[in-house]
Amino acid sequence: MKRVAIVGTGIARYGYRTDATLAEIAYEAIKEALDEARIGPEDIDSFVVGNVGSWSSEPLPAVLIGEYAGLVPKNGIRVEAACATGLAATRTAYNMIASGEASIVLVIGVEKMNESTTPQVVELIGRAGNYFWEFQNFGMTFPGYYAMYATSYMKRFGVREEDLCEVAVKNHYYGSMNPKAHFQNRITVEQCMSSRYVAWPLKLYDSSPITDGAAALILASEDIAMKITDSPIWIRGWGYANGTSNLSKRSDYIGLEATRVAAEMLYKKIGVDPKNPAKYFDVANLHDAFTIAELMALSDMGFVKKGEEHIVVREKQTYIGGLIPVNLDGGLKAKGHPIGATGVGMLVELTRQLQQRVERGRQAPIKRGWALAHNVGGTGHYVFTAALSVDKP
Amino acid sequence: MSDDKTIIKKLPEHIDRLSEEALSLIDNIVRETGLPIYQDPKTGAPMWLDVRELRLRYVIPVKNIEEFFKGLRNGVVRTTKCKECGTIYFPPQPDCPKCRVRNMEWIDIDGEGELLTWTVINVKPLSFSHLKDYIVGIVRMPQGFNILAWINVDSHEKLAPGMKMRLKVGRRDPEGYITYWFEPI
Repeated sequence: MKRVAIVGTGIARYGYRTDATLAEIAYEAIKEALDEARIGPEDIDSFVVGNVGSWSSEPLPAVLIGEYAGLVPKNGIRVEAACATGLAATRTAYNMIASGEASIVLVIGVEKMNESTTPQVVELIGRAGNYFWEFQNFGMTFPGYYAMYATSYMKRFGVREEDLCEVAVKNHYYGSMNPKAHFQNRITVEQCMSSRYVAWPLKLYDSSPITDGAAALILASEDIAMKITDSPIWIRGWGYANGTSNLSKRSDYIGLEATRVAAEMLYKKIGVDPKNPAKYFDVANLHDAFTIAELMALSDMGFVKKGEEHIVVREKQTYIGGLIPVNLDGGLKAKGHPIGATGVGMLVELTRQLQQRVERGRQAPIKRGWALAHNVGGTGHYVFTAALSVDKP
Repeated sequence: MSDDKTIIKKLPEHIDRLSEEALSLIDNIVRETGLPIYQDPKTGAPMWLDVRELRLRYVIPVKNIEEFFKGLRNGVVRTTKCKECGTIYFPPQPDCPKCRVRNMEWIDIDGEGELLTWTVINVKPLSFSHLKDYIVGIVRMPQGFNILAWINVDSHEKLAPGMKMRLKVGRRDPEGYITYWFEPI
């Protein structure tokens, strides 16, 4: 297997983007990534488009974006793994280079969710579990699935709704310093507590928004990477797992088994002690589609003991200077969750964190030079984890 | 249930009513300006309104689990148990991936279940937007598997983990087709 580096990053502004089409918003990210790497479309061997779609009008996004970005006749494909589409697409691109088949691959994550109305989007994401046995008769929603976890977790560990809100407060705090974030306002626990329920016990402010956005990465093999940049960020390894389609078939509702499997796989590959990952990573992006998701990920990824997540959050151990700084770009909660773009956006953020070039107030101190990404698809239906590093593997 | 229209007809009519006002507005804009372009109310950006609506209604094969639906008509929830290894599958499925054979028997699901977790769906999908908030829960059945279904209780505050639940079958209002739900014992 060949070593693979990130040599270019781009990200479009996340938000309610009535000013741009799917291809235009994708190109915002592509252009930035190409400019950063100082290469053109002619240098790209292949491209991978992470997009879930169905709420947006174009059914063949990879072809559309290939044309718009001047990539024809270069081969591009679409990859889909629900909300974990971004890391899934990046892993596909990584394997093209690691196998020796390609030297430079462009990864694009893009989603245009606001081409549909909110009730339609709620409908479409609600169907993203087991359609026949959970949606057809019982009308589950995406917040509803995570709310099942929240109820069980909160009852089991005596966690209050205020504790969940602390996660939203942190992520809005960092989002306020990120000019590409959907929400750039700070919020208080009181504001979060007074927001309406979307799926009790989860409220609007516990939830990531419906977001349009795009992110892009240029991956290159070692020899090419060293020619393009003197500060490549290396992809050290991957973890991945799936959970059951039916939520009723899960073993418990206090964590995601797929996350635990994907964490173990990644840590084993890269030599991280699964009991103390905080010792290895300077910064992490953990999938916070809902506040409960970030809490569960903290323990499922091994940073804290199950049931103690809310205490660690309350003690500000997930802020800069704490045990492990989490979601310094605002996370899905404040930066936004344009489904197919989310995982790619995480890697753009972590690459820039490791290169120490994000906005000052949200830059983590980089000591060891390692960063961690955790991207969940659906409600633990897919999980992908990835580690990035400044030093060559 | 005196209304002769069923869910199949009522739901599209309900959804059409929701968008009727907005669509007439766009019709007027087309008449006046010649194009289906309106200003986004939040940003003022010009937006093209898709004139081709895509309506999807799937048809889903149930041949291999037909016993399940026969059971519902007789007031029982049934599921499949592998005759080779004894594994019970819910939802029912004709294949046992452990034994890689198709040799199932149908068993009735009965007894008291235990509530594992639940939520209230406050913000509903478009196709459930005609309903009041509903409670969905996951219940552990004594035969060792879980079932997700609505819980028929007037407030979620009456629920607690481990609460005993019984599975019920019947025509569910206001939609009128047969399904199953839980009620506290």
